[in-house]
Amino acid sequence: MRVPQWLVKREVLIRDEEEADPRFGKPPEQRTVEELLELGVVNLDKPVGPSSHEVVAWIKRMLGFEKVAHGGTLEPPVGGGETPRSRGYCL
Amino acid sequence: MRLHGDVDDERLMEVIKEFEGPIYQRPPLRSAVKRAVRIRRIYKIEVLEREGRNVLLRVWCEAGTYMRKLCHDIGEVLGVGAHMQELRRTRVGSFSEDKHLATLHDLVDAYYFWREEGIEDYIRKVVLPVEYAVRHLPKVVIRDSAVDAICHGAYLAVPGILRVESPIKVGDTVAIFTLKGELVAIGRAKMRSEQMVSAMRGIAVETKHVIMRPGTYPPMWRGTRKAAG
Repeated sequence: MRVPQWLVKREVLIRDEEEADPRFGKPPEQRTVEELLELGVVNLDKPVGPSSHEVVAWIKRMLGFEKVAHGGTLEPPVGGGETPRSRGYCL
Repeated sequence: MRLHGDVDDERLMEVIKEFEGPIYQRPPLRSAVKRAVRIRRIYKIEVLEREGRNVLLRVWCEAGTYMRKLCHDIGEVLGVGAHMQELRRTRVGSFSEDKHLATLHDLVDAYYFWREEGIEDYIRKVVLPVEYAVRHLPKVVIRDSAVDAICHGAYLAVPGILRVESPIKVGDTVAIFTLKGELVAIGRAKMRSEQMVSAMRGIAVETKHVIMRPGTYPPMWRGTRKAAG
């Protein structure tokens, strides 16, 4: 049976070697909080009830961010009221 | 899953087992996609708990599998009928219910701690670098000199590649990284990983989403003309 992406064992194939130029860019862990907030992700435990869309709007308003989006929701709550978890990207 | 009739454990397990592997599903009436029968893979179904007609299942499935439909279909095969009572997404791509899972309260608190008191620890725990979102994708690491071109939407050509994670098949979604481990873009592979390291020329990855801001790295791709002038 096909293996899901997150279970695939990977090995690295090398084409060429090169030193990173220290004058440009920086490793993700060295980013300042400002830089992190400019392009970061939040694994958000969405409360039951409000839609992901609503939650995104709240985050925008509460934190004053310009761009917030989400990537991962399910159908809108029907009947028994289901609880999908969504994740948010704040850009 | 809520069963509409009584079924013994053995029969239940037997039917659930049948649903592992590829299954046919037609999206429900109220759905965002075209209602054509399609195939989705169920990697595994685990029965976590059972209390009479209530059954708690953990399902590992392919994106686009309808859980409501799955419950309904299991009920049909059992002959008693069933429906989905509650649903929680426990993982999607690289996101799971791990230590990074945060509530809205966590997020707002962490933000204010940082904003008002300059405490960084909390916000750093909640807001993760974008790279976290593509942990599950195979990586293609490129030369610093190729970065800005990709930021401007260019496709990744073979000479710009330093190393790749194998296996990559044609059509796979891959993440393009710098040597420093920064995410540049997400794209679709036009070659297999072996070809990416052996080919002399050609397009290796079609850039789909640019993540890094152009200008982060110098625009070497403009060539000597600009450097001279």
